[in-house]
Amino acid sequence: MKSLRQSLHKQDLLGLGLMVILFAVFYFLFDEEILDDYWETNVILILINIIMAVSLNLINGLTGQFSIGHAGFMAVGAYTSAIITVKLGMDFPIALIVATVSAAFLGFLIGMPTLRLNGDYLAIATLGLGEIIRIAILNIDYVGGASGFMGIPRLTTFPIAFWIMVFVVYFIKNFKNSADGRACLAIRENEIAAETMGINTTKYKVMAFTIGAGFAGTAGALFSHYYYIAHPASFTFMRSFDVLTMVVLGGLGSISGSISGAVLLTAISAALADYPEWRMVIYSIVLIVLMLNRPQGIFGNKELSLKMFQSIKLGGGSRGGTAQSE
Amino acid sequence: MAELLKVNNASMIFGGLRAVSNLTMQIDEGELIGLIGPNGAGKTTAFNMLTGVYEPSEGEITFNGQRINGKKPYQVTQMGIARTFQNIRLFSELSVLDNVKIAFNSQVRYGLVEAIGRFGRYFKEEETIEEKALALLKIFHLEKLRDETAKNLPYGEQRRLEIARALATSPKLLLLDEPAAGMNPQETKELMEMIRWIKKEFNLSILLIEHDMGLVMNVCQRIYVLEYGICIANGTPDEIKHNKRVIKAYLGEEVS
Repeated sequence: MKSLRQSLHKQDLLGLGLMVILFAVFYFLFDEEILDDYWETNVILILINIIMAVSLNLINGLTGQFSIGHAGFMAVGAYTSAIITVKLGMDFPIALIVATVSAAFLGFLIGMPTLRLNGDYLAIATLGLGEIIRIAILNIDYVGGASGFMGIPRLTTFPIAFWIMVFVVYFIKNFKNSADGRACLAIRENEIAAETMGINTTKYKVMAFTIGAGFAGTAGALFSHYYYIAHPASFTFMRSFDVLTMVVLGGLGSISGSISGAVLLTAISAALADYPEWRMVIYSIVLIVLMLNRPQGIFGNKELSLKMFQSIKLGGGSRGGTAQSE
Repeated sequence: MAELLKVNNASMIFGGLRAVSNLTMQIDEGELIGLIGPNGAGKTTAFNMLTGVYEPSEGEITFNGQRINGKKPYQVTQMGIARTFQNIRLFSELSVLDNVKIAFNSQVRYGLVEAIGRFGRYFKEEETIEEKALALLKIFHLEKLRDETAKNLPYGEQRRLEIARALATSPKLLLLDEPAAGMNPQETKELMEMIRWIKKEFNLSILLIEHDMGLVMNVCQRIYVLEYGICIANGTPDEIKHNKRVIKAYLGEEVS
């Protein structure tokens, strides 16, 4: 059975090719200033949100542990990276790595006790933890306290954000298709059965939580190094909810879904930037329509693949309809 | 024959209720044992003690000479005890093939880094797992349904898949919790054949909870009878059939 290796390589190469083309197009557009700074800001925000959504999806969608404290880990990443570059004067790549590792470490520490909880209880605990992190930061004068951490250089560029996003998506996609990923899926589906199949459920829950938190830290580092500032108000539970909305909109458990959810909602937000009072109204309408017509999200738990396009060609109907090609 | 499982005076106490009381039981290699009793007799509780879901309040359980007390269910599975559930517990949103693949997880020998980078042992191991999983599905006539979502399978096939999945953990002892529940006589008969065949083919011991007396009396070499958590009899099917206490437990006392 050599086919597995070949078909996977083919898929990866195809995906990589698409990414290079996408990157080249946007790079060209930004470089020639056909798209202005406003566009670039939003595209980078989309990339950061994709990282956030895909990493949260690993916890909420793949492993089924309902966590809503993702903004807290993002804050940890944003602040630690800022400390590294501003206070310690080190390079951005080191800041990115330290941000990821420290957020992951915190996720590991927090995950150990909280992941004993289930469902609503876990949601409440993680919500609280996100807020605790934010309020702790608010009271640390070393990082600026309530006025925020100012004077962070803009080191996040489009290429950096783009390729980190590609890396994170690739990482989580491969994780999903590995034995560890299957263990996480099993936990989501039926924890008792997973345990009886020889799966150490605590280990995998903590693993998913740690990886997810780590990438949220990466996103935070990109975020603070794009907006010159890390402010506690950027990491309230509203941000966690935003990310959660992206994941649910796209479909819990689907990486393609999280990406499209992040793109869609960030774009809607950007389009409504001039009418901030309408933003929430449109948001809620989008969500209500979705919950009524497609409660499993745009992609359900399926992934975008060549097969899906083939079934569309065969007359599978709308995009949403074929995503659930059963 | 070598002794495989030994339950020594094990009790499970929930508050004031002795769900299982001083159970003593032994299963040797290659044996097919039945565990019967009226509803609420503590059969499933006994299963849960054997698989680490509950830790016995008293007494000791050893498997292959190792203590099971205090072990987590996944550790017990890795020691070589697999089970199915009374109410089927499949990974319902996943494919039939993935359901079985998951059970091979503790045999996977590649690490996280290899999985993410897709190098080293990743491909070889994944291929082996897929082959093994498909081989198992083939035995249970499920190979055509490999990509079907597990929840969409008919009831009987879900039961078969659950057994296939349990076997994928390569157990030495298989615990079947009411495998014939909800099956018609024809299906039960096929199941009976299958249980015998599995035991021989996979070289295991089986402990079977079942209400279908025809099935139990037919396939089991020895039977343990529980009533109100107490083991009231054990012996060969013939002995059990004529045991007064068992008859009383099931049918009540004779009117004199």
